[in-house]
Amino acid sequence: MSNSSFAIAASPDAVTHPPAPFEYFVDRFFRALAWAAAGLIIVLVAYILWKIGRQAMPAIQKYHFNFLISSQYNVQELKFGILPGIWGTLYSSLLALLIGGFFGLTVAIFLTQNFLPPRLAFVFRLIIDMLAAIPSVVFGLWGIFVVIPVIRPAANWLNEYFGFIPFFSTSLSGPGLLPAAIVLAIMVLPTVAAISQDALNSVPYRTKEAAYGMGATHWEVILKVMIPTAAGGIFSAMVLGFGRALGETMALAMLIGNANQVSLSLFAPAETLAALLASHFPEAGPAEVEVLMYAALVLLAITLVVNVAGIGLLTITQRQISGKA
Amino acid sequence: MTDTTAPNLSSDADEAPVLTHSWADRRALRNGMFTIGAWLVALIAAVPLVSVLYMLIVQGGSRLSTDLFTELPPAGFEMGGGFGNAIVGTVLMVVIATVIAVPIGVMAAAYLAELGPDSQLGRVSRFLAKVLTGFPSILAGVFVYAVLVLAMGTYSAIAGGVALSILMLPTVVLTRTQMIWKVVFPTALPGILTGVMLGVARVAGESAPLLFTALFSNYWISNLREPTASLSILIYNFSSMPFDNQIELAWAASLVLVLIVLVFNILSRLFGRAKY
Repeated sequence: MSNSSFAIAASPDAVTHPPAPFEYFVDRFFRALAWAAAGLIIVLVAYILWKIGRQAMPAIQKYHFNFLISSQYNVQELKFGILPGIWGTLYSSLLALLIGGFFGLTVAIFLTQNFLPPRLAFVFRLIIDMLAAIPSVVFGLWGIFVVIPVIRPAANWLNEYFGFIPFFSTSLSGPGLLPAAIVLAIMVLPTVAAISQDALNSVPYRTKEAAYGMGATHWEVILKVMIPTAAGGIFSAMVLGFGRALGETMALAMLIGNANQVSLSLFAPAETLAALLASHFPEAGPAEVEVLMYAALVLLAITLVVNVAGIGLLTITQRQISGKA
Repeated sequence: MTDTTAPNLSSDADEAPVLTHSWADRRALRNGMFTIGAWLVALIAAVPLVSVLYMLIVQGGSRLSTDLFTELPPAGFEMGGGFGNAIVGTVLMVVIATVIAVPIGVMAAAYLAELGPDSQLGRVSRFLAKVLTGFPSILAGVFVYAVLVLAMGTYSAIAGGVALSILMLPTVVLTRTQMIWKVVFPTALPGILTGVMLGVARVAGESAPLLFTALFSNYWISNLREPTASLSILIYNFSSMPFDNQIELAWAASLVLVLIVLVFNILSRLFGRAKY
């Protein structure tokens, strides 16, 4: 079709008129721009992987896989291993998920299952959202001056009387795994709570009413109907919360004590990959930067696997629920 | 509230069978105990925020004065001082991040929402944007270090801003934006602003990506190609110092930082509500 036939039909100052060549051009231009921007996200992720991978290459060739299972980290002797970092990352994140996951899920139930009048629930939701907004360094500062002094007496009491249990085998002298994990749990809580709330809200209302109709109590409905139905979403909330904990940096760098050791004790100082990067990178020489790039690549790989799994699970369960409903 | 299964039939109670549980009934008891447990857990979950805000107001508030915004960070045993340069640095790097992330983010959001929501490109890039939200912020720092800091040969505000923009991008892209070009662009604007405000709130408090991209500086910034101070790094540095003055300043800086973040968070809610 040609523009000229439209041009005859429409007067020049009408509200409706066929697109002028310039407008065609603008439309094409914006379409191309939007396409490029969407493509840029893919390019960015690929470029990040490639760039960090390439920077890590010299260290990979030098230290091979031994790097992952050695506990030595000695800049003078050029002997490097990040087993304590990997161990500490997984240990602290698991602990945080255990605490934060329990609290997060309970809060999600509390906010979605008619425990509070809607207005109060709104306020409480705001409080949990604010928790997510507090910067990591501020949590770190709070951890140093509030959490550590508060838990220290209890930790040292446990160590004194139950020191034979491996988890309590050292005393808490300051920074350590437990304070770090507690603060990490607080940071994981909003993530778990938010995604679990979505999952619980997406359970069809009829399912819930049917359970009440059969005479189930409030908690029987929650434990036997709501949670099993929303299990997929809740599980992905846990996985994504775990992913968030793995990459968390500043609060951990401030609270975990940065000690290069593998220990079961909750009160011993430890190390995480992200904290290792934060504390060593700014002062690292070229030889150590290579090593830290290798450590960054390991962290990237771990978080990528966990996040992709979490997002994939979430997408699948959301599709299933919307398909059923 | 606790016993939703008990229909209240008091009006014609003589005729109707008793449908209420006795509170001592095993099931009712369990129900009540779980409810008390849930209340306890929810209240405990609110404690950290209350405690953090209390410390910020008491510890940080006591140090609040105009000096904080005009003075430079003190060294060692010096008394007084402030963090004016860190505020300038934070604002500057957030602005740089916004200028980079918002146009790209809005365009990508337009593609994901309108032009090709179900296309191959749309699906892959939406998935990767979600993956990027869980991307550890310190790795953004590592990446920008490898790309920019090594190339420029110096830590700089530009590198810090770029690192923040990587973290801002997915927030802008994924916040529900309705983009139907200029026809209903005004209706899409609140959605876009929500994303931008949330993005700003997210990156303003970030410190990990700035550690080895912007580094820190004790002086006022004179150009974008030099190490730059930020509030978050100041808090990190001062938190481990043995001097009371620095610790107090770290609390005051935390208060200012939290206020900035919360203001942008509230703004995002206001824009979000205006839309629906």
